[in-house]
Amino acid sequence: MTGSPSARERRGSDWLLPVAILALIATFVRAIYFTPPEAKQGAAQKIFYVHVPSAFIGLYVAFGIVAVAGGLYLWLRDERLDRIAASAAEVGVVFMTVVLVTGPMWGKPIWGTWWTWDARLTLTLFIWFVFVGYLILRGAIEDPAVRARYSAVLGVLGALLVPFIHLSVYLFRTLHPMPIILKPGTPSLPGNMLTTFLMSLISLLLLFVALVRARYRLAETLDALEDEDMAESPVASLRAESVR
Amino acid sequence: MSARIPPGTFAAAALIARKDLAIEFRTRSAFLAALVFALLAIVIFYFAWDATAVSAIDLAPGVLWVIFTFSGLLGLHRSFGVEEADRAIDALLASPIEREAVFLGKAFANLVFVLGVQALAIPAVALFYNLPLTRVLGPLIAIAVLAAIGLVSIGTLFSAMTANTRLSELLLPVLALPFFVPVVLPAAQSTARLLAGRPVSEAMSWLRILIAFDIVFVVACALAFPFTLED
Repeated sequence: MTGSPSARERRGSDWLLPVAILALIATFVRAIYFTPPEAKQGAAQKIFYVHVPSAFIGLYVAFGIVAVAGGLYLWLRDERLDRIAASAAEVGVVFMTVVLVTGPMWGKPIWGTWWTWDARLTLTLFIWFVFVGYLILRGAIEDPAVRARYSAVLGVLGALLVPFIHLSVYLFRTLHPMPIILKPGTPSLPGNMLTTFLMSLISLLLLFVALVRARYRLAETLDALEDEDMAESPVASLRAESVR
Repeated sequence: MSARIPPGTFAAAALIARKDLAIEFRTRSAFLAALVFALLAIVIFYFAWDATAVSAIDLAPGVLWVIFTFSGLLGLHRSFGVEEADRAIDALLASPIEREAVFLGKAFANLVFVLGVQALAIPAVALFYNLPLTRVLGPLIAIAVLAAIGLVSIGTLFSAMTANTRLSELLLPVLALPFFVPVVLPAAQSTARLLAGRPVSEAMSWLRILIAFDIVFVVACALAFPFTLED
């Protein structure tokens, strides 16, 4: 075990996760009780405060980290980069799943349908598939170095794929509302709602970072365990396998 | 034995392609399997749909390119699977050949394979679905070649990655199918335009996506390929 006890001591307790959860609870209280409902959509619009930030984090932050960490891994061959990519992918899948679950819940009362083959929905679904494929690939390879290289290649190619899927699904007409916050000019969201949205984005980002960090530490511990008893303990290798 | 000069990239790629095609031509196992699969799928698709509700000409483009994808996957899986037996891949890697050349050779052999299946599957679709094939033959061949290049470059790379994993025959489609979306969608859409008697210019925006995809992914996969082999 190369220096892992000291690493574990250095970490201290994981304070980030409780902070993130508290921030999230505060945001939800504000979103539900202290933010006015939208004029036309009513209560259903509250899903916005979960759906949009999760989409932003899953689609851009997590996917970006997987691609960039993958590209850097192929260059630098630092196993920490691989752990970062793996952790971000795993947590990213959770956020993307939240997007794909809350989307239909919002779409049903507002659009009158759970699902529509609109450009953004289709893109999100396919990126979710790429993410899940990434995790399945990791699960199917035992050698850590090979696993790291293959998943890095997939992460980089996945980033190249996004514009193509976007272009090809965009040629179908789109029903999804256009961005109202990340757009040129001032956001067209009323101030009160914008504050709630930004709170939600920040607390979900905190949660993302906390989860990725927790997952990263788990990967570190598992790698240390794997090094320790490469040959012997079947329990440890089984556990390592079940997490990948 | 005289010392041989290692062949250049393209000469080496041609050698690899010839080797793979010779194996395939002598056994014909994968080609026949993929062809029979394609024909079966064409027939089953037709029966699964109510032909009085959906006209064959609306159904055909989707069927054609979905079958193209799946029969292509059958061949692609074999591309590196064949090297796993007796660890033939080790000999391939020990030879004085650039890794990019191995990729290009493998990809070219796969391209011939996929186009060979297509050359028989497209007329079969035309026959069973009663399509006006002769009218659109030229553009359709262009679409088929463009789509095959994109499919094969992704498929060859992923075949190398999945060949020596557990679940390889399941993993290849799981990884590759999302990447085939920008191939199958434009191919099916432009075919549908052509079969509906629209001019080629109307399918151009779809064809541009196909061409851009081919350029980007042939280069990206050739560059990424060495990372999947080194040891």
